[in-house]
Amino acid sequence: MTVATVLEPKMPKCWRQETKPHKFCPGCGHGDILKALGTAIDELGIQDRVVFGCDIGCSLLSWDLFNCDSIQTHHGRTTPVMTGVKRARPDRICIAYMGDGGGYAIGSQHLVNAASRNEKILVIVANNVQYGMTGGQMAPTTLPGMKTETSPYGRDPESTGNPTLGPEMVAAITPDSAYVARGTMANLRQLTQMFKKALQNQIDGNGFSFVEALSACPTNWRTNAAKTWEFVEKEMTKYFKVGELKAPAKKEGQ
Amino acid sequence: MADKPIQGEKRMFMTGNEVCAYAALAANVDVMYGYPITPQNEIMHYWTRLAPKHNRTFLQTEDEISAGFTTCGGVMSGKRCFTATAGPGNTLMQEAMSMAEMMRIPAVFIIQQRGGPSTATVIYSQQEVTMTCFGANGEGLRVVYSTSSHQELFDYTIKSFNVAWKYRFPTFVLGDGYQAKMRESVTIYDPEARGIQMVDTYPLVGLPGMPGVDRDPAHLRNTYNTEEELYEVVKDLVDAYEKMAPEIVEHSTMECDDADVVILCHGIVSRAAIEAVRNLRAAGVKAGFFRPITLRPFAKDALRPIAEKAKKLLIVESSQGQFAKIVTDALYGLTTPMETIFKPGLGITSDEIVNKVKAMI
Repeated sequence: MTVATVLEPKMPKCWRQETKPHKFCPGCGHGDILKALGTAIDELGIQDRVVFGCDIGCSLLSWDLFNCDSIQTHHGRTTPVMTGVKRARPDRICIAYMGDGGGYAIGSQHLVNAASRNEKILVIVANNVQYGMTGGQMAPTTLPGMKTETSPYGRDPESTGNPTLGPEMVAAITPDSAYVARGTMANLRQLTQMFKKALQNQIDGNGFSFVEALSACPTNWRTNAAKTWEFVEKEMTKYFKVGELKAPAKKEGQ
Repeated sequence: MADKPIQGEKRMFMTGNEVCAYAALAANVDVMYGYPITPQNEIMHYWTRLAPKHNRTFLQTEDEISAGFTTCGGVMSGKRCFTATAGPGNTLMQEAMSMAEMMRIPAVFIIQQRGGPSTATVIYSQQEVTMTCFGANGEGLRVVYSTSSHQELFDYTIKSFNVAWKYRFPTFVLGDGYQAKMRESVTIYDPEARGIQMVDTYPLVGLPGMPGVDRDPAHLRNTYNTEEELYEVVKDLVDAYEKMAPEIVEHSTMECDDADVVILCHGIVSRAAIEAVRNLRAAGVKAGFFRPITLRPFAKDALRPIAEKAKKLLIVESSQGQFAKIVTDALYGLTTPMETIFKPGLGITSDEIVNKVKAMI
């Protein structure tokens, strides 16, 4: 007699099982990034205090991903919505989750000003160097020479500028009490640690926290698994340096 | 707890913007989010002076888009929140207002209309009627009070918070630059002293208990996958709005019973119309006056019999027919002749109305 072994998929405790499998394409980076975020929330034991906000674009597919109170907002507007939530309820731990279009194009004024004001929220930008949900258009982060639907001959920095360096920009305009880092889906252990530090920074009431996570979009990149990983690990990191840009010193007694 | 900002009642002489700030304070508002634009600036100026003394807060955002969305966020946290804007700021804020419509966010918006289109003037108009009532990609599921005096600015600002939180539709106080900047006498009061109970607020997110264990998580969204799914959602919104409408619709009339000419207007233009009706009556002309106080929902049922009975109608407004569109929509099928005074971005005097009515009879 054969005994069927059912393997429970391993997922963070704060993920909502009823809404799994999640809605992202196979190979998409969002699932991994949100798993790292979920692990960080679990390890800090803050699930019941988190208010999770997601943007428009593929990030919106996370609106029911967590067993956390969640708000799906408009394109680029997750940062001000979570700012509003946090200002009215400082005891909540607010996470604004968006793509690179939401963070660096349509919502850039919100990111710049929330960072300048040192809002005590965590903003996460998943950077997959193009617009996923709308079908692969050029984003502020598209690499020079990279072909997209709106840069079919390759991005020309002469006419469309260079890729936006989000964490570098945020680090330049925030005080020392901010936490700023760039992680990658290719190193989830490190990314989880970054999320933990970023969330701890908010819990401690220090200031703004910002993590960009390098992500993948094999659907629009039209890449197989090997090419996808190669692009995330080798090509993207040539331009987007992974690491912490700003980490407030631990307070006494921590 | 800090002392009540207004004890009992007080007779004051102040600008409309100051009145709005005091009304928000009296209504127990927790947070104002705002961005500078004339002619609403002094609402922020007075709020920022008064609020800290009563443990209330303020955030000056980077633009009106952000002011609208931070207000939505604050409301979803369960706090009484509002913002104020005008003209191009109202344009930018439409995006947040449409999210408030879709997600039933009880946010309050004070609009002090200025000239349009574009930058235009910072002074006065009634040109934000269409945008405030029906702006953005939506169905106009909003409550809009068009005020005509400082007393109404005070009364309806307080009322807006209660209507918003009772029915959970975004609620608007539609004033204008004249009301904003002019000084006049007003009685400000503690709502409780008048028997007005502020409707309780409650959080939509950040609820107590462990989500997924003690309760389901609040998963609030405005995105839907199929036409049918969206249709059901919007139908429910419309049903809720239509159920609410008869409970909150407001209008006022003057001398309509035997009127040959009924003047239709809203907001501050009503003051010229009231004066015109008095003068016309004194001159033996049977003039009357109908004024919707809520532009959304509109007092269609009250207006139709009056309009049907009148010999002629005169629509008067400081825009090129934005209010007239609402009126003619409500009066579809009636044949009462109608004339208009459209003065986009310009104030209207009682004399102009008197002369026009005399020319009509």
